[in-house]
Amino acid sequence: MKHSLPFVTTRPDRLRRLFLLVLPLTVGLAACAPQPRPSGINDPGETQNRRVHAFNTALDRAILKPASHSYMKVTPNPIARGASNLAANLSLPGVIANDLLQLKLGDATSNTLRLALNSTFGIAGLIDVASQNGLAQRDTDFGQTLQVWGVGEGAYVELPILGPSTQRDALGTVVDFAADPLRRLLTGPRRYISPVAHALKKLEDRDTYASTVDSILYDSADSYAQARLLYLQSRRSKLYGGVSAADLEDPYAQ
Amino acid sequence: MPSKIPHERTGFDRRQTLIGLAAGLMAAGWTSPVLALSNAAARHLIDQLVGDLNKIINSGGSKATMYREFENLFSKYADVPIIARSSLGVAWRRASAGQRRRYTAAFRGYMARKYGNRFREFIGGKIVVTGVHKVKSGYLVSSVAHLKGQAPFAVDWQVSDKSGKNKMFNLFIEGISLLATERTEVAAMLDKRRGNIDKLIRDLKTAS
Repeated sequence: MKHSLPFVTTRPDRLRRLFLLVLPLTVGLAACAPQPRPSGINDPGETQNRRVHAFNTALDRAILKPASHSYMKVTPNPIARGASNLAANLSLPGVIANDLLQLKLGDATSNTLRLALNSTFGIAGLIDVASQNGLAQRDTDFGQTLQVWGVGEGAYVELPILGPSTQRDALGTVVDFAADPLRRLLTGPRRYISPVAHALKKLEDRDTYASTVDSILYDSADSYAQARLLYLQSRRSKLYGGVSAADLEDPYAQ
Repeated sequence: MPSKIPHERTGFDRRQTLIGLAAGLMAAGWTSPVLALSNAAARHLIDQLVGDLNKIINSGGSKATMYREFENLFSKYADVPIIARSSLGVAWRRASAGQRRRYTAAFRGYMARKYGNRFREFIGGKIVVTGVHKVKSGYLVSSVAHLKGQAPFAVDWQVSDKSGKNKMFNLFIEGISLLATERTEVAAMLDKRRGNIDKLIRDLKTAS
Protein backbone atom coordinates (compact mmCIF):
# COMPACT_ATOMS: atom_id res chain seq x y z
CA MET A 1 0.00 0.00 0.00
CA LYS A 2 2.59 2.46 1.15
CA HIS A 3 4.58 2.76 -2.04
CA SER A 4 1.48 3.30 -4.12
CA LEU A 5 0.67 6.46 -2.23
CA PRO A 6 2.95 8.77 -4.21
CA PHE A 7 0.99 7.82 -7.30
CA VAL A 8 -2.24 9.18 -5.97
CA THR A 9 -0.90 12.23 -4.22
CA THR A 10 -0.93 15.03 -6.72
CA ARG A 11 1.90 17.44 -6.12
CA PRO A 12 0.88 20.97 -5.18
CA ASP A 13 2.31 22.55 -8.33
CA ARG A 14 0.57 19.99 -10.55
CA LEU A 15 -2.62 20.63 -8.72
CA ARG A 16 -2.27 24.37 -9.14
CA ARG A 17 -1.60 24.03 -12.81
CA LEU A 18 -4.58 21.72 -13.21
CA PHE A 19 -6.81 24.21 -11.48
CA LEU A 20 -5.49 27.07 -13.60
CA LEU A 21 -6.31 25.01 -16.64
CA VAL A 22 -9.82 24.06 -15.68
CA LEU A 23 -10.95 26.90 -13.46
CA PRO A 24 -12.06 29.27 -16.24
CA LEU A 25 -14.05 26.41 -17.70
CA THR A 26 -15.82 25.51 -14.51
CA VAL A 27 -16.67 29.10 -13.77
CA GLY A 28 -17.86 29.70 -17.29
CA LEU A 29 -19.66 26.46 -17.98
CA ALA A 30 -20.55 24.73 -14.75
CA ALA A 31 -22.46 27.87 -13.86
CA CYS A 32 -25.04 26.68 -16.37
CA ALA A 33 -26.13 23.93 -13.92
CA PRO A 34 -26.34 20.24 -14.92
CA GLN A 35 -26.78 19.86 -18.64
CA PRO A 36 -29.61 17.66 -19.94
CA ARG A 37 -28.61 14.51 -21.77
CA PRO A 38 -27.88 15.40 -25.39
CA SER A 39 -29.55 13.49 -28.18
CA GLY A 40 -29.23 13.50 -31.93
CA ILE A 41 -26.17 14.59 -33.87
CA ASN A 42 -24.49 17.98 -33.67
CA ASP A 43 -21.83 17.99 -36.36
CA PRO A 44 -21.33 21.48 -37.86
CA GLY A 45 -17.76 20.61 -38.91
CA GLU A 46 -18.77 17.56 -40.92
CA THR A 47 -16.82 18.50 -44.04
CA GLN A 48 -13.56 18.86 -42.15
CA ASN A 49 -14.36 15.81 -39.99
CA ARG A 50 -14.88 13.69 -43.07
CA ARG A 51 -11.44 14.71 -44.33
CA VAL A 52 -9.90 13.61 -41.02
CA HIS A 53 -11.90 10.39 -41.20
CA ALA A 54 -10.52 9.63 -44.65
CA PHE A 55 -7.02 10.20 -43.28
CA ASN A 56 -7.64 7.98 -40.24
CA THR A 57 -9.09 5.23 -42.41
CA ALA A 58 -6.11 5.36 -44.76
CA LEU A 59 -3.81 5.21 -41.73
CA ASP A 60 -5.65 2.18 -40.40
CA ARG A 61 -5.49 0.42 -43.74
CA ALA A 62 -1.82 1.14 -44.32
CA ILE A 63 -0.40 0.79 -40.81
CA LEU A 64 -2.61 0.02 -37.83
CA LYS A 65 -4.50 -2.96 -39.23
CA PRO A 66 -1.50 -4.83 -40.72
CA ALA A 67 0.72 -3.93 -37.75
CA SER A 68 -1.83 -5.15 -35.22
CA HIS A 69 -2.21 -8.38 -37.13
CA SER A 70 1.55 -9.01 -37.25
CA TYR A 71 2.00 -7.96 -33.63
CA MET A 72 -0.54 -10.48 -32.36
CA LYS A 73 0.84 -13.15 -34.66
CA VAL A 74 4.42 -12.93 -33.39
CA THR A 75 3.69 -12.05 -29.77
CA PRO A 76 2.86 -14.85 -27.33
CA ASN A 77 -0.51 -14.18 -25.73
CA PRO A 78 0.73 -13.72 -22.15
CA ILE A 79 3.21 -11.07 -23.30
CA ALA A 80 0.59 -9.08 -25.23
CA ARG A 81 -1.71 -9.38 -22.22
CA GLY A 82 1.10 -8.18 -19.97
CA ALA A 83 1.64 -5.06 -22.09
CA SER A 84 -2.10 -4.27 -22.05
CA ASN A 85 -2.28 -4.80 -18.29
CA LEU A 86 0.72 -2.55 -17.82
CA ALA A 87 -0.90 0.19 -19.90
CA ALA A 88 -4.12 -0.08 -17.88
CA ASN A 89 -2.19 0.01 -14.62
CA LEU A 90 -0.17 3.04 -15.67
CA SER A 91 -3.37 4.91 -16.54
CA LEU A 92 -4.79 4.33 -13.05
CA PRO A 93 -3.23 7.36 -11.27
CA GLY A 94 -4.97 9.62 -13.80
CA VAL A 95 -8.21 7.63 -13.50
CA ILE A 96 -8.14 7.93 -9.71
CA ALA A 97 -7.49 11.68 -9.97
CA ASN A 98 -10.63 11.95 -12.13
CA ASP A 99 -12.62 9.78 -9.70
CA LEU A 100 -11.72 12.28 -6.98
CA LEU A 101 -12.55 15.30 -9.16
CA GLN A 102 -15.98 13.72 -9.73
CA LEU A 103 -16.29 12.96 -6.01
CA LYS A 104 -16.78 9.26 -6.81
CA LEU A 105 -15.09 8.03 -3.66
CA GLY A 106 -16.19 4.41 -4.11
CA ASP A 107 -14.55 4.24 -7.55
CA ALA A 108 -11.48 6.07 -6.24
CA THR A 109 -11.09 3.54 -3.44
CA SER A 110 -11.67 0.57 -5.71
CA ASN A 111 -9.21 1.82 -8.33
CA THR A 112 -6.61 2.67 -5.66
CA LEU A 113 -6.88 -0.86 -4.35
CA ARG A 114 -6.44 -2.12 -7.91
CA LEU A 115 -3.36 0.00 -8.37
CA ALA A 116 -1.91 -1.27 -5.09
CA LEU A 117 -2.63 -4.95 -5.83
CA ASN A 118 -1.46 -4.90 -9.43
CA SER A 119 1.65 -2.83 -8.73
CA THR A 120 2.79 -5.31 -6.07
CA PHE A 121 1.40 -8.84 -6.53
CA GLY A 122 0.81 -8.12 -10.19
CA ILE A 123 4.52 -7.42 -10.79
CA ALA A 124 4.44 -3.70 -11.59
CA GLY A 125 1.10 -4.13 -13.34
CA LEU A 126 1.98 -6.90 -15.81
CA ILE A 127 -0.64 -9.21 -14.30
CA ASP A 128 -4.15 -8.00 -13.55
CA VAL A 129 -4.45 -9.68 -10.15
CA ALA A 130 -7.24 -7.31 -9.15
CA SER A 131 -9.61 -8.31 -11.98
CA GLN A 132 -8.92 -11.97 -11.26
CA ASN A 133 -10.21 -11.27 -7.78
CA GLY A 134 -13.35 -9.51 -8.89
CA LEU A 135 -12.00 -5.96 -8.77
CA ALA A 136 -12.58 -4.84 -12.36
CA GLN A 137 -11.32 -1.47 -13.58
CA ARG A 138 -13.84 1.33 -13.39
CA ASP A 139 -12.69 3.56 -16.19
CA THR A 140 -13.17 7.26 -16.37
CA ASP A 141 -11.46 10.28 -17.90
CA PHE A 142 -11.42 14.05 -17.75
CA GLY A 143 -14.11 14.24 -20.42
CA GLN A 144 -16.43 12.56 -17.93
CA THR A 145 -15.22 14.85 -15.16
CA LEU A 146 -16.22 17.83 -17.32
CA GLN A 147 -19.63 16.24 -17.89
CA VAL A 148 -20.08 15.72 -14.15
CA TRP A 149 -19.21 19.37 -13.65
CA GLY A 150 -21.97 20.40 -16.01
CA VAL A 151 -20.01 21.08 -19.20
CA GLY A 152 -22.07 20.45 -22.33
CA GLU A 153 -21.08 17.87 -24.93
CA GLY A 154 -20.28 20.36 -27.68
CA ALA A 155 -20.00 19.43 -31.33
CA TYR A 156 -18.89 16.07 -32.67
CA VAL A 157 -15.28 16.01 -33.90
CA GLU A 158 -13.11 13.34 -35.43
CA LEU A 159 -9.53 13.81 -34.24
CA PRO A 160 -6.53 12.78 -36.33
CA ILE A 161 -5.17 9.38 -35.16
CA LEU A 162 -7.32 9.41 -32.00
CA GLY A 163 -10.61 9.11 -33.89
CA PRO A 164 -14.19 10.04 -32.90
CA SER A 165 -14.69 12.53 -30.07
CA THR A 166 -16.67 15.58 -29.04
CA GLN A 167 -15.40 19.04 -28.16
CA ARG A 168 -15.78 18.21 -24.48
CA ASP A 169 -14.07 14.83 -24.79
CA ALA A 170 -11.27 16.26 -26.93
CA LEU A 171 -10.54 18.83 -24.22
CA GLY A 172 -10.67 16.00 -21.68
CA THR A 173 -8.12 14.00 -23.67
CA VAL A 174 -5.73 16.97 -23.78
CA VAL A 175 -6.05 17.56 -20.03
CA ASP A 176 -5.66 13.84 -19.22
CA PHE A 177 -2.48 13.78 -21.26
CA ALA A 178 -1.03 17.06 -19.95
CA ALA A 179 -1.91 16.51 -16.30
CA ASP A 180 -1.10 12.79 -16.04
CA PRO A 181 0.42 12.41 -12.53
CA LEU A 182 2.69 9.70 -13.90
CA ARG A 183 4.69 12.05 -16.09
CA ARG A 184 6.43 13.56 -13.11
CA LEU A 185 7.26 10.19 -11.62
CA LEU A 186 8.72 8.43 -14.61
CA THR A 187 11.67 10.36 -15.94
CA GLY A 188 14.60 9.54 -18.21
CA PRO A 189 14.14 6.52 -20.46
CA ARG A 190 11.40 5.24 -18.14
CA ARG A 191 9.07 7.92 -19.46
CA TYR A 192 8.67 5.89 -22.65
CA ILE A 193 7.20 2.93 -20.77
CA SER A 194 3.67 4.29 -20.68
CA PRO A 195 3.39 5.47 -24.32
CA VAL A 196 4.88 2.19 -25.58
CA ALA A 197 2.55 0.09 -23.41
CA HIS A 198 -0.42 2.13 -24.63
CA ALA A 199 0.63 1.74 -28.26
CA LEU A 200 0.90 -2.05 -27.80
CA LYS A 201 -2.50 -2.12 -26.11
CA LYS A 202 -3.92 -0.21 -29.08
CA LEU A 203 -2.47 -2.85 -31.41
CA GLU A 204 -3.93 -5.68 -29.36
CA ASP A 205 -7.36 -4.04 -29.22
CA ARG A 206 -7.39 -3.41 -32.96
CA ASP A 207 -6.73 -7.11 -33.57
CA THR A 208 -9.13 -8.38 -30.89
CA TYR A 209 -12.00 -6.35 -32.33
CA ALA A 210 -10.83 -6.74 -35.93
CA SER A 211 -14.14 -8.08 -37.21
CA THR A 212 -16.19 -5.24 -35.71
CA VAL A 213 -13.74 -2.51 -36.68
CA ASP A 214 -13.38 -3.84 -40.23
CA SER A 215 -17.13 -4.06 -40.56
CA ILE A 216 -17.51 -0.40 -39.59
CA LEU A 217 -14.55 1.00 -41.53
CA TYR A 218 -14.64 -1.13 -44.66
CA ASP A 219 -18.03 -2.84 -45.01
CA SER A 220 -20.45 -0.07 -44.17
CA ALA A 221 -21.83 2.24 -46.84
CA ASP A 222 -20.83 5.36 -44.91
CA SER A 223 -18.18 4.53 -42.34
CA TYR A 224 -17.99 8.14 -41.16
CA ALA A 225 -21.69 8.24 -40.25
CA GLN A 226 -21.47 4.80 -38.61
CA ALA A 227 -18.43 5.71 -36.50
CA ARG A 228 -20.11 8.96 -35.43
CA LEU A 229 -23.33 7.25 -34.37
CA LEU A 230 -21.48 4.47 -32.56
CA TYR A 231 -19.26 6.89 -30.69
CA LEU A 232 -22.05 9.24 -29.61
CA GLN A 233 -24.45 6.49 -28.52
CA SER A 234 -21.93 4.42 -26.58
CA ARG A 235 -20.29 7.46 -25.01
CA ARG A 236 -23.63 8.92 -23.91
CA SER A 237 -24.66 5.54 -22.56
CA LYS A 238 -21.51 5.50 -20.43
CA LEU A 239 -21.74 9.10 -19.23
CA TYR A 240 -25.46 9.31 -18.61
CA GLY A 241 -26.08 5.76 -17.40
CA GLY A 242 -27.48 3.39 -20.00
CA VAL A 243 -29.94 3.69 -22.85
CA SER A 244 -31.76 7.03 -23.04
CA ALA A 245 -35.49 7.53 -23.36
CA ALA A 246 -34.84 9.37 -26.64
CA ASP A 247 -33.21 6.28 -28.12
CA LEU A 248 -36.11 4.03 -27.13
CA GLU A 249 -38.02 4.61 -30.32
CA ASP A 250 -41.36 3.07 -31.17
CA PRO A 251 -41.39 1.97 -34.81
CA TYR A 252 -44.97 0.66 -34.40
CA ALA A 253 -46.16 4.21 -33.84
CA GLN A 254 -44.54 5.57 -37.01
CA MET B 1 -73.73 14.19 -27.95
CA PRO B 2 -76.73 12.26 -26.53
CA SER B 3 -75.86 9.33 -28.78
CA LYS B 4 -72.57 9.01 -26.94
CA ILE B 5 -74.15 8.13 -23.66
CA PRO B 6 -75.40 4.65 -24.53
CA HIS B 7 -71.92 3.82 -25.88
CA GLU B 8 -70.38 4.98 -22.68
CA ARG B 9 -72.77 2.93 -20.72
CA THR B 10 -72.03 -0.14 -22.80
CA GLY B 11 -68.34 0.51 -22.35
CA PHE B 12 -68.80 0.73 -18.66
CA ASP B 13 -70.73 -2.55 -18.57
CA ARG B 14 -68.09 -4.28 -20.66
CA ARG B 15 -65.37 -2.92 -18.45
CA GLN B 16 -67.15 -4.19 -15.39
CA THR B 17 -67.54 -7.60 -16.96
CA LEU B 18 -63.86 -7.67 -17.87
CA ILE B 19 -62.80 -6.61 -14.40
CA GLY B 20 -65.04 -9.28 -12.94
CA LEU B 21 -63.61 -11.85 -15.29
CA ALA B 22 -60.04 -10.83 -14.51
CA ALA B 23 -60.73 -10.91 -10.79
CA GLY B 24 -62.24 -14.36 -11.16
CA LEU B 25 -59.26 -15.63 -13.12
CA MET B 26 -56.85 -14.16 -10.61
CA ALA B 27 -58.79 -15.72 -7.78
CA ALA B 28 -58.54 -19.04 -9.60
CA GLY B 29 -54.77 -18.61 -9.62
CA TRP B 30 -54.60 -18.20 -13.37
CA THR B 31 -51.44 -16.22 -14.08
CA SER B 32 -50.40 -17.17 -17.60
CA PRO B 33 -48.87 -14.19 -19.41
CA VAL B 34 -50.40 -15.01 -22.82
CA LEU B 35 -53.09 -12.35 -22.95
CA ALA B 36 -50.99 -9.22 -22.59
CA LEU B 37 -47.34 -8.44 -22.44
CA SER B 38 -46.21 -8.04 -18.87
CA ASN B 39 -42.88 -7.53 -17.18
CA ALA B 40 -42.60 -11.25 -16.66
CA ALA B 41 -43.56 -12.13 -20.25
CA ALA B 42 -41.03 -9.67 -21.71
CA ARG B 43 -38.32 -11.06 -19.51
CA HIS B 44 -39.33 -14.62 -20.33
CA LEU B 45 -38.99 -13.91 -24.07
CA ILE B 46 -35.48 -12.52 -23.69
CA ASP B 47 -34.52 -15.30 -21.24
CA GLN B 48 -35.40 -17.80 -23.97
CA LEU B 49 -33.73 -15.78 -26.73
CA VAL B 50 -30.54 -15.41 -24.69
CA GLY B 51 -30.65 -19.10 -23.78
CA ASP B 52 -30.80 -20.04 -27.48
CA LEU B 53 -28.12 -17.46 -28.29
CA ASN B 54 -25.77 -18.83 -25.63
CA LYS B 55 -26.34 -22.31 -27.08
CA ILE B 56 -25.49 -21.19 -30.62
CA ILE B 57 -22.35 -19.26 -29.71
CA ASN B 58 -21.01 -22.18 -27.72
CA SER B 59 -22.02 -24.91 -30.15
CA GLY B 60 -18.75 -24.78 -32.07
CA GLY B 61 -20.70 -24.84 -35.33
CA SER B 62 -19.30 -23.58 -38.64
CA LYS B 63 -19.88 -20.01 -39.81
CA ALA B 64 -22.55 -21.08 -42.29
CA THR B 65 -24.36 -23.20 -39.69
CA MET B 66 -24.32 -20.32 -37.24
CA TYR B 67 -25.74 -17.86 -39.82
CA ARG B 68 -28.62 -20.25 -40.41
CA GLU B 69 -29.18 -20.61 -36.69
CA PHE B 70 -29.07 -16.85 -36.19
CA GLU B 71 -31.60 -16.36 -38.99
CA ASN B 72 -33.92 -18.87 -37.28
CA LEU B 73 -33.33 -17.16 -33.96
CA PHE B 74 -34.26 -13.74 -35.36
CA SER B 75 -37.32 -15.16 -37.12
CA LYS B 76 -38.46 -16.78 -33.90
CA TYR B 77 -37.90 -13.94 -31.46
CA ALA B 78 -37.58 -10.70 -33.44
CA ASP B 79 -40.20 -8.72 -35.33
CA VAL B 80 -38.08 -8.65 -38.49
CA PRO B 81 -40.76 -6.93 -40.65
CA ILE B 82 -40.97 -3.90 -38.34
CA ILE B 83 -37.17 -3.72 -38.03
CA ALA B 84 -36.88 -3.87 -41.82
CA ARG B 85 -39.55 -1.20 -42.29
CA SER B 86 -37.89 1.09 -39.75
CA SER B 87 -34.46 0.59 -41.35
CA LEU B 88 -35.72 1.81 -44.73
CA GLY B 89 -36.92 5.04 -43.09
CA VAL B 90 -38.93 7.44 -45.26
CA ALA B 91 -38.18 5.42 -48.40
CA TRP B 92 -40.58 2.74 -47.08
CA ARG B 93 -43.47 5.06 -47.92
CA ARG B 94 -42.67 5.20 -51.63
CA ALA B 95 -41.77 1.49 -51.91
CA SER B 96 -44.28 -0.73 -53.73
CA ALA B 97 -45.82 -3.75 -52.02
CA GLY B 98 -43.49 -6.04 -53.96
CA GLN B 99 -40.44 -3.98 -53.09
CA ARG B 100 -41.43 -3.99 -49.44
CA ARG B 101 -41.74 -7.78 -49.48
CA ARG B 102 -38.43 -8.34 -51.24
CA TYR B 103 -36.68 -5.76 -49.10
CA THR B 104 -37.89 -7.44 -45.89
CA ALA B 105 -36.68 -10.84 -47.14
CA ALA B 106 -33.26 -9.44 -48.10
CA PHE B 107 -33.01 -7.60 -44.81
CA ARG B 108 -33.71 -10.80 -42.86
CA GLY B 109 -30.63 -12.48 -44.32
CA TYR B 110 -28.51 -9.34 -44.00
CA MET B 111 -29.40 -9.00 -40.32
CA ALA B 112 -28.56 -12.65 -39.64
CA ARG B 113 -25.15 -12.31 -41.31
CA LYS B 114 -24.25 -8.98 -39.77
CA TYR B 115 -25.42 -9.62 -36.22
CA GLY B 116 -24.37 -13.25 -36.54
CA ASN B 117 -20.86 -11.93 -37.10
CA ARG B 118 -21.12 -9.69 -34.04
CA PHE B 119 -22.47 -12.49 -31.89
CA ARG B 120 -19.78 -14.85 -33.17
CA GLU B 121 -17.36 -12.64 -31.24
CA PHE B 122 -19.26 -13.74 -28.14
CA ILE B 123 -18.03 -17.35 -28.63
CA GLY B 124 -17.07 -18.83 -25.28
CA GLY B 125 -18.93 -16.04 -23.53
CA LYS B 126 -22.29 -15.77 -21.86
CA ILE B 127 -25.18 -13.32 -21.71
CA VAL B 128 -27.13 -13.02 -18.46
CA VAL B 129 -30.53 -11.31 -18.20
CA THR B 130 -30.49 -8.90 -15.27
CA GLY B 131 -33.76 -6.99 -15.24
CA VAL B 132 -36.77 -5.55 -17.00
CA HIS B 133 -38.72 -2.34 -16.84
CA LYS B 134 -41.71 -0.78 -18.52
CA VAL B 135 -41.04 1.99 -21.00
CA LYS B 136 -43.33 4.00 -23.27
CA SER B 137 -42.81 1.73 -26.28
CA GLY B 138 -43.17 -1.56 -24.38
CA TYR B 139 -40.50 -3.15 -22.23
CA LEU B 140 -36.76 -2.83 -21.94
CA VAL B 141 -35.02 -6.02 -20.85
CA SER B 142 -31.45 -5.56 -19.60
CA SER B 143 -28.71 -8.13 -19.85
CA VAL B 144 -24.96 -8.22 -19.41
CA ALA B 145 -22.52 -9.93 -21.76
CA HIS B 146 -19.58 -11.61 -20.08
CA LEU B 147 -16.88 -12.28 -22.66
CA LYS B 148 -13.52 -13.84 -22.08
CA GLY B 149 -10.81 -11.30 -21.26
CA GLN B 150 -13.16 -8.33 -21.52
CA ALA B 151 -14.96 -6.13 -19.04
CA PRO B 152 -18.67 -7.07 -18.94
CA PHE B 153 -20.91 -4.81 -21.03
CA ALA B 154 -24.62 -4.07 -21.32
CA VAL B 155 -26.97 -5.53 -23.94
CA ASP B 156 -30.54 -4.18 -23.77
CA TRP B 157 -33.57 -5.50 -25.65
CA GLN B 158 -36.77 -3.66 -26.54
CA VAL B 159 -39.83 -5.89 -26.51
CA SER B 160 -43.38 -5.20 -27.68
CA ASP B 161 -46.57 -7.14 -28.39
CA LYS B 162 -47.88 -4.64 -30.93
CA SER B 163 -47.26 -7.10 -33.77
CA GLY B 164 -49.77 -9.46 -32.15
CA LYS B 165 -47.04 -11.56 -30.58
CA ASN B 166 -44.37 -10.84 -28.00
CA LYS B 167 -41.34 -9.89 -30.08
CA MET B 168 -38.00 -8.19 -29.72
CA PHE B 169 -37.74 -5.22 -32.09
CA ASN B 170 -34.57 -3.42 -31.08
CA LEU B 171 -31.35 -4.16 -29.29
CA PHE B 172 -28.65 -1.97 -27.78
CA ILE B 173 -25.08 -3.18 -27.48
CA GLU B 174 -23.32 -0.82 -25.06
CA GLY B 175 -26.00 1.74 -25.75
CA ILE B 176 -25.72 1.47 -29.54
CA SER B 177 -29.15 1.01 -31.10
CA LEU B 178 -29.66 -1.55 -33.85
CA LEU B 179 -32.55 0.43 -35.35
CA ALA B 180 -30.52 3.67 -35.48
CA THR B 181 -27.45 1.86 -36.83
CA GLU B 182 -29.37 0.13 -39.61
CA ARG B 183 -31.33 3.23 -40.55
CA THR B 184 -28.02 5.09 -40.97
CA GLU B 185 -26.53 2.22 -42.94
CA VAL B 186 -29.50 1.67 -45.26
CA ALA B 187 -29.88 5.42 -45.87
CA ALA B 188 -26.22 5.58 -46.93
CA MET B 189 -26.61 2.52 -49.17
CA LEU B 190 -29.69 4.04 -50.78
CA ASP B 191 -27.87 7.37 -51.30
CA LYS B 192 -25.03 5.61 -53.07
CA ARG B 193 -27.57 3.99 -55.40
CA ARG B 194 -29.30 7.31 -56.08
CA GLY B 195 -32.42 6.23 -54.23
CA ASN B 196 -32.95 3.12 -56.34
CA ILE B 197 -34.71 0.64 -54.04
CA ASP B 198 -34.35 -2.31 -56.45
CA LYS B 199 -30.57 -1.88 -56.55
CA LEU B 200 -30.55 -1.58 -52.77
CA ILE B 201 -32.45 -4.87 -52.42
CA ARG B 202 -30.10 -6.60 -54.86
CA ASP B 203 -26.99 -5.50 -52.95
CA LEU B 204 -28.47 -6.10 -49.52
CA LYS B 205 -28.74 -9.78 -50.41
CA THR B 206 -24.97 -10.13 -50.19
CA ALA B 207 -24.16 -7.35 -47.70
CA SER B 208 -23.12 -8.13 -44.15
